[in-house]
Amino acid sequence: MADTKPQRRVFFRIWDSDVAASFRRSPVAIVSGVVALVIVLAALLAPWIAPTNPYDPSSLNLMDGFTPPMEPNAFTGNTYLMGTDNQGRDVFSTILYGARISLFVGVSAVLLAMALGISAGLVAGYRGGWVDAVLMRVADVQLSFPSILIALLIFGVARGIIPPTQREAMAIWVLIVAIGLSDWVQFARVVRGATMVEKGKEYVQAARVIGVSPLRILIRHILPNVMGPVLVIATISVALAIIAEATLSFLGVGVPPTQPSLGTLIRIGQQFLFSGEWWILLFPALTLLALALSVNMLGDWLRDALNPRLR
Amino acid sequence: MTSLMKSAPRRMMVSALALSLFAGAAQAETLRWARVADALTLDPHSQNEGPTSTLLHHIYETLVRRDIDGSLKPRLATEWAIHADDPTIWVLKLREGVTFHDGSAFTAEDVVFSLDRVRHESSGFRALHSAVTGATAIDDYTVHIQMAGPSPLYVQNLTNFFIMDSGWAAANDVLVPQNFAAGEENFAVRNTNGTGSYKLVSRDPEVRTVLAAFDGHWAQTPPVTEIIYTPIAEAATRVAALLSGEVDVVQDVPVQDIARLQQTDGITVATGPENRNIFFSYDQVSPKLASANVEDNPFSHPEIREAMALALDRDAIQQVVMRGQSQPSAAPLPPFVNGWREDLNAYGAPDYDRANALVRGIYPDGFSVDLHCPNDRYLNDEAICQAFVGMLGRIGITANLISQSRSLHFPLIERWETDFYLLGWGVPTFDSAYVFNFLVHTREEGYGSFNGARYANAELDAQIESLATMTDLEARNALIAQIWDKVMEDRVFLNVHNQLLAYAVRDGINLPVHPENQPSMADVTFNN
Repeated sequence: MADTKPQRRVFFRIWDSDVAASFRRSPVAIVSGVVALVIVLAALLAPWIAPTNPYDPSSLNLMDGFTPPMEPNAFTGNTYLMGTDNQGRDVFSTILYGARISLFVGVSAVLLAMALGISAGLVAGYRGGWVDAVLMRVADVQLSFPSILIALLIFGVARGIIPPTQREAMAIWVLIVAIGLSDWVQFARVVRGATMVEKGKEYVQAARVIGVSPLRILIRHILPNVMGPVLVIATISVALAIIAEATLSFLGVGVPPTQPSLGTLIRIGQQFLFSGEWWILLFPALTLLALALSVNMLGDWLRDALNPRLR
Repeated sequence: MTSLMKSAPRRMMVSALALSLFAGAAQAETLRWARVADALTLDPHSQNEGPTSTLLHHIYETLVRRDIDGSLKPRLATEWAIHADDPTIWVLKLREGVTFHDGSAFTAEDVVFSLDRVRHESSGFRALHSAVTGATAIDDYTVHIQMAGPSPLYVQNLTNFFIMDSGWAAANDVLVPQNFAAGEENFAVRNTNGTGSYKLVSRDPEVRTVLAAFDGHWAQTPPVTEIIYTPIAEAATRVAALLSGEVDVVQDVPVQDIARLQQTDGITVATGPENRNIFFSYDQVSPKLASANVEDNPFSHPEIREAMALALDRDAIQQVVMRGQSQPSAAPLPPFVNGWREDLNAYGAPDYDRANALVRGIYPDGFSVDLHCPNDRYLNDEAICQAFVGMLGRIGITANLISQSRSLHFPLIERWETDFYLLGWGVPTFDSAYVFNFLVHTREEGYGSFNGARYANAELDAQIESLATMTDLEARNALIAQIWDKVMEDRVFLNVHNQLLAYAVRDGINLPVHPENQPSMADVTFNN
């Protein structure tokens, strides 16, 4: 019982905080939070929830292909909640597994972009001078290209470097690097601006006067104070990275077709729009929409909640 | 009508307007033609590949052409015969009064030059002319082709042999064909000078190619005066373009959309069998495979090849992947081709238990290997590969599917960089020798350029070479049957099916299905 008290205290501290209070007052935030949580949990627990494993080709029966939702297949008699695709894969299971890949790629890419962007931003903002000039010009150049083009370029270069036999295994990592590298700039710019403001404040000067090393000042003193806007961008970036992954997979340069992500599923489903098999496209597209929209709304809400001027 | 009768001048004006409209329609008839892929190159002797040859047939011409019914018809050659005194010489009489697009005259020199060019080592058509030793122009309109021995069927090999202008080729430094697999470019890749019904107006590879009728063509001018050729790789986009009126002809109709298009007002779908079979093949010769996770070559074991054949469920692929639009067959040649036999065609139901036992007998844990597949060449090619990946998974073979565009896929086979692949093969000569020359003969001297199996059998090679010069057709057919028996016994190919073709056109346009999927827009007629 002695243990639970501090835990309860932490819980109440979070519950009573300004951010939590604003969350409770915002119906949009609550709905988006619930939707995002349901999709994330479903994706994480896919191996236990999904009725079939769509990534195991040997478990598929081609004759199950094109089964409409909730109708028994004419040959096999199997019934599927959301029907099956052209290879006899259960669409519901494939969405769960596909969302897993989409989320993994999205979150990993943003973490990579964050790590790169925060480091570059802190150094540029704190050091100033030519370091700042070089880093920010690189950022400017990259900002002038659409990020999807940069991701395609990185993807193409990586395909050239990686030996053909490794390509399929490395596809997901290449995707993460491609999206991460195309996305670091906004983190760098925001962190650089905030760092320049913070480094002039008294607490930083005090730390400098008593001889704290620049690295320690950056990490212990400045970083915690610039994390607010970074969290907002990170949340919105996750939504954008999930869409970027879907776009790349839709273009056929993403994950292998035997391990579909949401974007690959939409690409497959799109072929059957005219022939009446609407479910192959509709359900993955709705899932992608719900996931991206809810994460984006959460980011929006977080921006408002963390903005002191709106309080 | 009565109101028009009232005033004669007005009536005249209206009829003049109608006349000018009608005349305009008759003069300029644009046909917008979409298919899955673009020509790989416009160099007429570089790539022996379906869409490339189909587009080139509009710009360049061949000596003879294949009619819809499969028979040979005169084109640039008016007569062809074996020399009366020497069975090793083919005598060709050429059409007089033919000019190239740039105005220069077509003569025997151009045929001699083109025959030399198509036999160059960078040519993709070399195996078709391997029995030729040389050609001479007897006069302006007579050519003698010297063969290594009697070659009674050689003229069948000329249906995709395009004639280039020797002067133009010399002036633009394109005396030898582009080496496509090496990534080479030359002037002829984007510029043309043929004798065909259409000349090239503009070309933006993979985007749009515009052809206009050539006024100086020797035959009557075709009803279609302008062709806008657009490759659209996405199946749904291609159909949407037809439904929305953006294009008039869609050549590679996705099988899933045939039923819907047939029910759509204003659109006609024509279907027919194509002279093309779709098969898997694998390296059964190398001691070790680059992409396999075992120490030897699994495909070198006859048991593994048998197991893969037992795992292939052709009927399921036909019903689900192809929606009935295919002819499942075990014979690695289409029924159009001389040498096809009912017994080669037959296949049994899949037997996963026996296949599994065969694989586990050699590899208790199974094995994995890469499977290369095109995704923009054949009907549902990627889906066929995916389906087979699933079937192989059930017998302990993990195939990692790598599907990519055909411009990346075909060089893998030509350069022996794939262990296991899908390929489709059409037979323009309608004879088994064509299949043997390209796919079975050991790779050497222009033979076996698509022999990705690395198959090498000296005894078969000698028999294949002798086919070109055999005059006794009965003995020749017996030898073809014998070669097929050996190829089937060694399981060089794992055939899936023969393709069925579907063309969808706007109502009022007549375009018959061509068995080689080489429709000519010059043959299009309009109903009014």
